[in-house]
Amino acid sequence: MENQVLNIQNFSFYYGETQVLKDINLSIEKNRVTAIMGPSGCGKTTLIRAINRMHELTENTRTEGIIKLYNEDIFELDPITVRRKIGMVFQKPNPFPTMNIYDNVIAGYNLNGIKLKKSDKDIIVEDSLRKSALWDEVKDNLYKKGTFLSGGQQQRLCIARALAMKPEILLLDEPTSALDPKATSHIEELIKELRSYVTMLIVTHNMGQAARISNDAVFLYLGELVEHGKTKKLFTTPQDKRTEEYLTGKFG
Amino acid sequence: MNFKINRDKLFRAILYGSAFFLIVLIFGFFITFILESSESLTKFGFGFITGKQWDPVDGHFGALPFLSGTLITSFLGLIISFPISLMIAVFLSEYFYKGFFHNVIKTAVELLAGIPSIVFGFWGLFALVPLIREFQLSIGIEPYGVGIFTSAIVLSIMIIPYTASISREVISMVPTDVKEAAYSLGATKFEVIRKIILPYSGSGIFAGALLALGRALGETMAVTMIIGNSNSMPTSIFSPGNTMASVIANEFTEATDSTYVSALIEIGLLLFLVTALINLVGKYIIKKTVQF
Repeated sequence: MENQVLNIQNFSFYYGETQVLKDINLSIEKNRVTAIMGPSGCGKTTLIRAINRMHELTENTRTEGIIKLYNEDIFELDPITVRRKIGMVFQKPNPFPTMNIYDNVIAGYNLNGIKLKKSDKDIIVEDSLRKSALWDEVKDNLYKKGTFLSGGQQQRLCIARALAMKPEILLLDEPTSALDPKATSHIEELIKELRSYVTMLIVTHNMGQAARISNDAVFLYLGELVEHGKTKKLFTTPQDKRTEEYLTGKFG
Repeated sequence: MNFKINRDKLFRAILYGSAFFLIVLIFGFFITFILESSESLTKFGFGFITGKQWDPVDGHFGALPFLSGTLITSFLGLIISFPISLMIAVFLSEYFYKGFFHNVIKTAVELLAGIPSIVFGFWGLFALVPLIREFQLSIGIEPYGVGIFTSAIVLSIMIIPYTASISREVISMVPTDVKEAAYSLGATKFEVIRKIILPYSGSGIFAGALLALGRALGETMAVTMIIGNSNSMPTSIFSPGNTMASVIANEFTEATDSTYVSALIEIGLLLFLVTALINLVGKYIIKKTVQF
């Protein structure tokens, strides 16, 4: 399939002796939003942190199987390259506190030591902030510290920072769990709009959110991939009993 | 009930008293110094600080050689020690943040802080001075061995624990999610340390360096043993000299007339003021640079 951005094959993840993910197979298509759902501790976050190899920052982890980004196994690339191609947005907004808004957006380039002309930087910053729907709110305060923004604005700044690197995939790890309802709906709108630029994988606790913003949905349970399909189909006619029980609130 | 309230009042009074006592103590120090050095203060005035001659026989006292000796040895010591201390701190907090090796190095740093300064002086005298002498011979300058440079090296080692442990502390306080954000953008460990961790912990590291500098300014015993105790203006970093602390330690027992004693006490006052000034300036800089 040409549209296939990411292909996870027979992927298992171990934390020490404990197996956290069991033989996951999952393929992600271009310009779609895939929601990863499941009860706490089912391995949602572990899965997306493995996709950009962030798990390697934690000691004592081990993986089996392959994760292909287009045709390359990410475990055969170096992690730096992988992380530049696969962006990440975290649970808690985490703009760099020492940097102003402008520098936060361009941080990926500065951190990697990529030298750009000021005019090119300006274009990237404006473009990324426009895509993350923050431009109008901050365009007059670009040189102020990002930490003065509200929580929702900070999270959109983090999205802009990730988008600035022009990633193939954007991983979002419960990006609204630390935000109020208004900021949450703002981010949800944003995710829907961003679909045309970037493929997204979003971990969420919130079934309503998954239903509102995703094209596809994945249900993980106890480290197993139980079900994967179009969101609408998975919500209305779940194939597996465990999915149905989760969706109807029997557990989780 | 009444008893409880009274106890609370008593507790508050004790706290207030302790805090107030400290202020009284500082003022007490200050006033004693001024009173005891009044003879020298009135006799030499401002010329005491700018005077290059220290001649007890002539009754001529100028403290500039010691003031410069103290400042040069301390700052030179800090310049030598700072990069090493910072690297130890980064190593302990980012590379070996736990395990056997971490503990060994951490203990070594703490141990360094606990070594009495006379031991450092001895080490400097018997191990470092001959080495410096060799070096001075090889580059063709007068082989004193002892002197400003030797003192700066010993000071630089003595103050490592201050910068290193405070820096380690502040570096390990950099939030994980901020570091992860940088890693997720494709930064290497070196890039994260240089562009995220160090800017974040900059003012804390500066505070550590300031504490180390304060320690170096006041260090007496070790420096007295290896600086050469020469009362003339230092001409190069290899020349023998004297610091404010070392000249007091060295000459206090020999001070016979009242002007001499009073001049030495004024040096003490000067050292007190220099240390306070550097601390205040440092605090001001920290305040100005903390932005979050």
